[in-house]
Formats: sequence, structure tokens, C-alpha cells
Amino acid sequence: MYLLSQFGKYCLFIASMFRNREKFGVYVSRILDECMLIGIDSIFIVVIVSTFIGAVTALQTVYNLVSPLIPLTIVGVLVRDTTILELASTVICIVLCGKVGSNIAGGLGTMRITEQIDALEVMGINSASYLVLPKIIAALITFPMLVILASFLSIYGGYLSSTLSGLVTKSDYIYGIRSDFNPGNVRFSLVKSFVFAFLISSISAFQGYYTRGGALEVGQSSTKAVTNSCIAVLLADYLLAQLLL
Amino acid sequence: MIEVVDVSKTFGDKVVLDGINARFDDSNTSLIIGQSGHGKSVLLKCIVGLIQPDKGKVLYDGRDFISGDDDTKREIRREIGMLFQGNALFDSKDVEGNVMFPLDMLTSMSREEKLERVNFCLKRVGLENVNKRMPSEISGGMQKRVGIARAIVLNPKYLFCDEPNSGLDPLTAIKIDELIGEITDEYKITTIVVTHDMNSVMTIGEYILYIHRGRKLWQGTSQTITDTTSPELQEFIFANRLLRDANNQRAKTS
Repeated sequence: MYLLSQFGKYCLFIASMFRNREKFGVYVSRILDECMLIGIDSIFIVVIVSTFIGAVTALQTVYNLVSPLIPLTIVGVLVRDTTILELASTVICIVLCGKVGSNIAGGLGTMRITEQIDALEVMGINSASYLVLPKIIAALITFPMLVILASFLSIYGGYLSSTLSGLVTKSDYIYGIRSDFNPGNVRFSLVKSFVFAFLISSISAFQGYYTRGGALEVGQSSTKAVTNSCIAVLLADYLLAQLLL
Repeated sequence: MIEVVDVSKTFGDKVVLDGINARFDDSNTSLIIGQSGHGKSVLLKCIVGLIQPDKGKVLYDGRDFISGDDDTKREIRREIGMLFQGNALFDSKDVEGNVMFPLDMLTSMSREEKLERVNFCLKRVGLENVNKRMPSEISGGMQKRVGIARAIVLNPKYLFCDEPNSGLDPLTAIKIDELIGEITDEYKITTIVVTHDMNSVMTIGEYILYIHRGRKLWQGTSQTITDTTSPELQEFIFANRLLRDANNQRAKTS
């Protein structure tokens, strides 16, 4: 019953962003600001995580598939497909749940308890629309870009680790990543990144926006935002895999 | 004029406001006083629309703010300025950005006009050369002044102040009270102040409403408040030792 009422409240919260919207120009500048915070500020962690994920995936593949019957080009194929299908989108979005989700929930929670959201409401500004809609749009714009960057870097990380360690030759790896390429996997990965972007930004904003109490509750909201976003991302990942693959 | 008609509010099974009726006249500074937790801030939030009362009406010059349509509510909101207890200044904006924010959002003034208005309001509240300072870089008293400047930047008809001198030293608190009183007189604003500070009551209170356990217990002026026969209000007023001693002295001499 509690889950159902929370889901209803979440739906009403999403709908409230589209009522009494502000001037278009206000959103443009807010979206650009949020793209900086959500997208540009996340590049560093995405670069680190995705490069190492690719590197480790390549090494693990070589370690597990040592057999004269299996060509080493399989390393490139596996790194490419696991990266595009799952690691770059799902794992990077889980990382972004922590980085972006906690930031959104903490920021909005602090604004709530310090009455900044009330100040907007008293001025006649739709606070949900002004504060949250730009975050969601910015996430929808930047997450797919981050996922594309992560896919590229993971594959490149795999290339570096497998070739620098001498386990796979450069030509085998490149042959592997070019063979049997299915462009549909990239589309699937981008669809996932859009869905995850919406879920992470909206769930985190919902948790932060309805924070009540003080500093302790802001921390709790951030934790809930990360936990609930992660669960939503994993559920959506399963549903999308079932529906689209 | 703001009229509060039979406003009630319950949180769970706790009655926070119980059938409050009051009238706040134009160009007056009205005070809502009472002990902490007795419903005065909830009443203020009901008046400005931050909390929906369970029943009752709030009328702004006859316009119903509670059950009015969205356009009426928006129109009324744009005539309201509010100073919050914690100032509610936007952390991400400097002083100038905070005061300019309502102009950015709600007017189509040019950048120069907005800057001129911001500087005028900052000067009016006694702040100059702080435009580029962040809220965290200025004192509590200055933050209150910035909050007042932001509240009056749109020339509001109604000004609401939630405990404007909480957390301030007595001298700064009196200055803030005086500033609110001056602004009310100067711009003919209908001002409502929520406070539990008896200094404010005696300094700027023209009409006073005493809330006790969610009910209106007393209303009157600062001249008549000390003559009250209500034991609850007497206890509230004379909790301050200086006032208690002065009252005892007055009783002895009379």
C-alpha cells in the first residue's frame, strides 16, 4: 500500500512539472547549467570507470578462454558486445546513480529544508517545473553521450590491457571488435541510457523534493535516491532486455 | 486587506489551527504572536498558500486564495513578498542574483532597469557594495536585509515575515523590526509578522493576534496588550523578566 501511494505521488510529481510552466528562456539557461553539473562534471568518473571495466573484461576473457580451439579475436568480440549491451549503459548508469542521484537529491533536499523551495512557491513559480524539469532534460541529453563515451573507452581500455600485456595482438583485437557487428546493440544501449536517465533524475528529484526535517533527513533522502534509482535501473534493464532483444 | 475566515488545519490527529478568524488591515503591521508550536507559522503558511487548510477561507481584498482558480492564485502570489525565518536565500546566487531573481522570473524589464531596481532596494534596506557577495559571505543581519530587499523588489501589496529577528542580536533585531515598520508605512503595504519576540510587539505591532494551542485567544493593539486579563497571554508577555519587573512596578505605583 505504501509503495502504491508513493508511486501515485511520484506520478503526480512528474505531472506537476508540466503545469504552469515558466518562460522558455528560463529553461534554456537552466538546462545548460544542469548539463554542466550532470554531464560535464561526470566525465572524469565515467572515463576512469569505463576504461578499467573494458581493461578488466579483456583480461578476464583471455584468462577464461585459454584454449587452442578458440581464436583470440573472441576477446574483441566479447569486450565490444558486453560493453555496448550491458557494461557501458547499465554499470555506468549505476555509477551515475551514486554521483548524479545523490547530488540531485541532496541539492533539492537542502533547498527544501532551508525554505528555498517555499520561497519559489510564494513568488508564484512552479518550483517542481523550475528546479526539476531542467535536471531531467539535462540527464536525457547527457546520459546517452556519456554512455557513448563509456562504450568507446571500454573497448579502448580492453585494447590497451590485452595488447600491452601481450596476451592478444593488436590485429586480433581489432579484427574481433569489427566482426559480426550488430548496430541494433548500439540502439538498444542508447534506448537504455534514455530510460535510465529519466529514472535516475526523476526518482532522485522526487526523493529530494519531498525531504522533510533537517540535515539528517537530507542525507537519508540522498541514500534513498541512490538505492531506489539503482533498483529502478536494474528492473528497467531486465524489462528492456526482455522486450527489445 | 487580508481576511482569514474560520481557518482550521489538522496534522494527523493533532489540531494545529482551530477556526481562526482575523482581519489584517491595509498599510498596517500586524503581528501573529504565540508560543513555539502553537500554530502561528502554520497560520502564516496557510495565508500565503504554502499549506492548504482543511477548511476556511483566506481573502485578499475579497479574492479567495484557497479555492480560487489558478489565475487568481497566481495574481495574488505576485502581489506577495515574503521574508522567511531562515532567509531562504538561494545559495547558488550572489546578493544581486537573489534580489534580481523575482524580476528575472516575473517581469520583462531590461537588464539595466532590473539592476537599477535591485540597487534601489538594496540601498533602501541599508546594503551597498555587497552585490557580488554570496549569502554565505555575509552576516545573519545582512542576510535578513537581503531577504527583505528580495521581498519588496516587486513592489508587493502584502509582506509576510516569519520570525524576522530570530537568531539576531537584540540591536540588529530592533533595526530589522524598524526597517519592516518603515517599509510598511512608506509603501503602504499590508504586513503580517509572525514572532514571539515582545520587543517586536512593542516596536512595530499595530494589530496583534495571539494564538494559543491553535486558537485565537486575544486580539488588540500593542497599547492594550499589557492590560490583558488572559492568564495565558499574561504568562507569554511577562515571561520576559524586564517586562515582568516593569509591570510589577506599574502595579505598585498605581
